[in-house]
Amino acid sequence: MGIAKSFLTAKNMAAEHGRKWDRCLADTAVKTVTGLAVGVVFSVVLFKRRTWPVSLGSGLGLGMGYANCQHDFRSPYLVHGDMVKDQ
Amino acid sequence: YTAGGSSGAAKVVAAGLLTVGGGVGGTILYAKWDHKFRAAVENNVPYSDWLLGLALGPAYQGDIMKQVRMDSQHVWVIIADSVVAPHTELPLRERPVEEVAARLAQQDQKEQDTLSSVSASLEECLASSAKATLQAIGAQEAAVQAITQHIHKLKEAMEAEVPPPEKSSQWKDLEAALADRTSAVNDAETALLKAKEALDSLKSEIDKSKGLKVSAVRPLVLAAEENLHNMVVDLDRVVTKLQSAESESKIVSQYSDLVNEAKLQFQREVSSLTPEIQANWKGLTGKLSADDLNALIAHAHRRIDQLNRELAEQRVREQIHIDASLEQQKLEDQKALEKAVLTAVQHIKEDTRLEQERKLSELREVMEAEMRTQLRRQAAAHTDHVQDVLKVQEQELRADAEQVLGSKLLEQETSYRQLSQEQLDNFTLDMNTAYARLKGMEEAIDSHVVAEEEARKAHQLWLSVEALNYSLKMADADSPTMPLESAAQAVRDSCHDNDFALALATALPEESLQRGVYSEASLRARFNALRALVRRVALVDETHNSLYQYFLSYLQAALLFEAKQEAPPGQLCSEDLDPFRLLSYASFCLEHGDLELAAKLVNQLRGEARRVVEDWLTEARLTLETRQVVSLLSAYANAVGLGTTQAP
Repeated sequence: MGIAKSFLTAKNMAAEHGRKWDRCLADTAVKTVTGLAVGVVFSVVLFKRRTWPVSLGSGLGLGMGYANCQHDFRSPYLVHGDMVKDQ
Repeated sequence: YTAGGSSGAAKVVAAGLLTVGGGVGGTILYAKWDHKFRAAVENNVPYSDWLLGLALGPAYQGDIMKQVRMDSQHVWVIIADSVVAPHTELPLRERPVEEVAARLAQQDQKEQDTLSSVSASLEECLASSAKATLQAIGAQEAAVQAITQHIHKLKEAMEAEVPPPEKSSQWKDLEAALADRTSAVNDAETALLKAKEALDSLKSEIDKSKGLKVSAVRPLVLAAEENLHNMVVDLDRVVTKLQSAESESKIVSQYSDLVNEAKLQFQREVSSLTPEIQANWKGLTGKLSADDLNALIAHAHRRIDQLNRELAEQRVREQIHIDASLEQQKLEDQKALEKAVLTAVQHIKEDTRLEQERKLSELREVMEAEMRTQLRRQAAAHTDHVQDVLKVQEQELRADAEQVLGSKLLEQETSYRQLSQEQLDNFTLDMNTAYARLKGMEEAIDSHVVAEEEARKAHQLWLSVEALNYSLKMADADSPTMPLESAAQAVRDSCHDNDFALALATALPEESLQRGVYSEASLRARFNALRALVRRVALVDETHNSLYQYFLSYLQAALLFEAKQEAPPGQLCSEDLDPFRLLSYASFCLEHGDLELAAKLVNQLRGEARRVVEDWLTEARLTLETRQVVSLLSAYANAVGLGTTQAP
């Protein structure tokens, strides 16, 4: 029964790893830049051209990207539990 | 600030050292107190076991109970080896009858000889001693006689008033008697000595013969002893008589001496008074004058007075003397009594001893007679027993002989029967062999036909399996082979009736039939590509899968170098389960064409690395399965073909 599960093509498992990394990096980059941008906007508009919203925003973006990346890599190992309600 | 800085640095250094030292010391102390802590420290901190061993000595000791058990054993080592000296008895062997009789005769002879010799010597001794004793007794009696005679004569001589010529003859007689007495006494003494000598020799002879310990001699000895005793008694009696006679004579002689002395004294006095008067004053007649007579009468009166005085004195002294002499006599009497008592006691003792010996000899005779009867009885019992034993033996021997005869007869019969049976069996065997050969020939001919049919079928099977094998080999790199369905079908067709081959043919995996399998070369190429990825995610698994872990894993892959290929060991130990080692082993196996071992090794990967190679592994499994089935089929076809091939 080793081949009962969905049979991916030969290259798939290895390629999957590479694909994950691509997604991850792209996603992180986008989030960081978006955060940076929002930070700049907020700094200019609300906080008198201070630096801290910029760093906050970029940091936020980076962090979100990192977390997403990590979650993506972890996904095969996550156990999903269902809550059983007693009727 | 440099000074302050240096002192600050020194302070820091000192504080650091103190902390480290305190930590180590505290750990050691606590480890000494708590063994579990010590074990935990030794497990987790490298080289701590060496340090702790140095400081505290080796860890927890084992049992000290063994020593206790050893000591308790010592107590129970009993030295009860009381070696009983084995009885070194010579085995008693029964002497033959003649020897016994000879020995007995010899012993009897010896006894007789000793008896005769002893009796002869004893008789001799007895005779000589009897003679001597009689002589002594005679001499003693003679001496007694002589003494009494002498005394009598002496008394007569002193008291009787006899005219002078007879007096002189009397005195002569007295002297003769005295001479007789002395000679008789001497004779008696010598005879006594001789008798005593003879008795002593007899006694020694008796003792010697007693020492011989021959039973027959005893009555003789006893008789001799009795005789000896009697002689001794008589001798003693006579000696006492002699002694009493002597003591009497002593008294009488003393008396006679006294009388003589008195006479002499008187004579001296008279002579002193009248010196001219001669000794023999009784011969005096008218020669004397009146003065002389008066003087004589005066002297006589004076003498009478003196004598009266002396008499009175004497009477007084007499009393004293009598008392003294009585005392002396008492003493002498006592001595004599003691001596007599002693001799009497000795005689009685001797008597009783002789009586005892007599009784002993009687008893001994009685005992010997009894023993003889007992021995005779025992001899009779022994002969009876021997007779019984002989009877029993005879019966046993007869039974044995009969048994042997019966067995021999039985043997002969069985051998005869065996021979006849053998003949029969041989004949039957020949008949059976002929029939069997006939049957065999018929069967061989039939089986030939069958075999040919089988051979054809086997050949067909082999051809189909070969086709399957060929289609398996025909595969390009990077693409699977063609579907194996048709070839499998051909195989199935060519083995309807063979369950084994049919089962195998249906065991081919579905995918291989539908899609085909990858070749080994393609798998190898893909593995080499996968290797880099596996190295990169080596540290990531179910629990360690954060991005930081990914970073560490990439770092490890960058920094760690392992052999490209390494020969796998016969048995994997825990160190070999490191992903890098496993990859090098698997690579080696693949290079050497061992796909199975490579798949097994790759199967040992865990975590993310395993996920990544999962499908490669599945492909490899598929290929291996198909190849196994096909190789089994071909082996089977070969075997069948070999079996049915006929030798030219």
